[in-house]
Amino acid sequence: MHEMGIAMQIIEIATASIPKEESDVTVARVNLKVGKLAAVVSDSLRFCFEIAAKETPLEGAELDIEEIPVRARCKACDAEWTIEGPAFNCEKCDSGQIEILSGRELNIESIEIADEDTINADSGQ
Amino acid sequence: MLIRDNRIQVAHHHQDGHNHSHPHAKGDTAVHSVKSGLREIKVVRRVLDVNEKMADENRVLFNQHGIFVLNLMSSPGSGKTTTLEKTLAAITPEIKCAVIVGDICTTNDADRLSVSGVPVVQINTDEFGGDCHLAAHVIEKAAVSIPLNEIDLLIVENIGNLVCPAEFDIGEDARAVILSVTEGEDKPLKYPLMFRESDVAILNKTDLLPYLDYDVEEAVSSIRQIHPGMPVFEMSSKTEAGMGPWLDWLKGQVRNKLQG
Repeated sequence: MHEMGIAMQIIEIATASIPKEESDVTVARVNLKVGKLAAVVSDSLRFCFEIAAKETPLEGAELDIEEIPVRARCKACDAEWTIEGPAFNCEKCDSGQIEILSGRELNIESIEIADEDTINADSGQ
Repeated sequence: MLIRDNRIQVAHHHQDGHNHSHPHAKGDTAVHSVKSGLREIKVVRRVLDVNEKMADENRVLFNQHGIFVLNLMSSPGSGKTTTLEKTLAAITPEIKCAVIVGDICTTNDADRLSVSGVPVVQINTDEFGGDCHLAAHVIEKAAVSIPLNEIDLLIVENIGNLVCPAEFDIGEDARAVILSVTEGEDKPLKYPLMFRESDVAILNKTDLLPYLDYDVEEAVSSIRQIHPGMPVFEMSSKTEAGMGPWLDWLKGQVRNKLQG
């Protein structure tokens, strides 16, 4: 629901990550990790990103979204498993004392910059 | 559309066990085709970093004043404001409170709560783009108008929404979620993050149970499926029936905070 705000944050962080001496470059791709428990709809995020990126170094960049499964560890029996449905009890011993290991991510992992000769080579095809 | 996202993405299953989706938006194929020409720059930052930093700053500020901060969340119409009205009436003046109330538009809630005599700050998120949740920077701004030296409890009535508020730390000590018996018993299963992230749940409007086909046991079991062991207070804010355990819990939290 707040994908536009997230898209704007992504653009801010990605823009700040471009090395200062390369201010003119084009960012071709932004690699994200999004946990399944994060309240983010990928398609909606891409739609907002495309609009918000206009007239920034990220205009036209692709958003690569790696979806991270919800992994949990049981504090009682130490079992680890992937939570698929809406149930947060231990698969093995049914304990409710669990630790969420992954699934809450909303991280920018990296940006990929297109070198100028790449763009030139492309346009010459 | 009944197809779930994760099913659609099965076709893209990678060896590392994660699902990637690669939409090929118009215009991106040219650069994509010459992969060797892309230079990757590591970033590794949380997108909500800015919010989390500000939430930590809020927490430090509230801790300095020994204030217990409660983030009160629910879907629209499940009784947040009535619960607040009745809660404030029951715990003041014993506990000194202030309220921040968030809505997209109108000051109706602040008007209702101002009769309680406690300081009320209304936030309208339409100024912030009609946000669906309160973020930490909004609370920081609102806190300026609150006499922090004079209060022990700050209750933040979040925007009515079971999705986004769960995602945003505002610097609170605890989160309470209200579910009312006019909503489905399976709401917790549909909005797992909210119920997972909350510390206590209120099952509200129990005065309506005689008129409804509502299975309280199923609702409580849905909540516990998502958050095993979470306290659930079955009550009616309207008639005040069953409010005791909720008030005791809240007073206990404030006391613990005061005692450091």
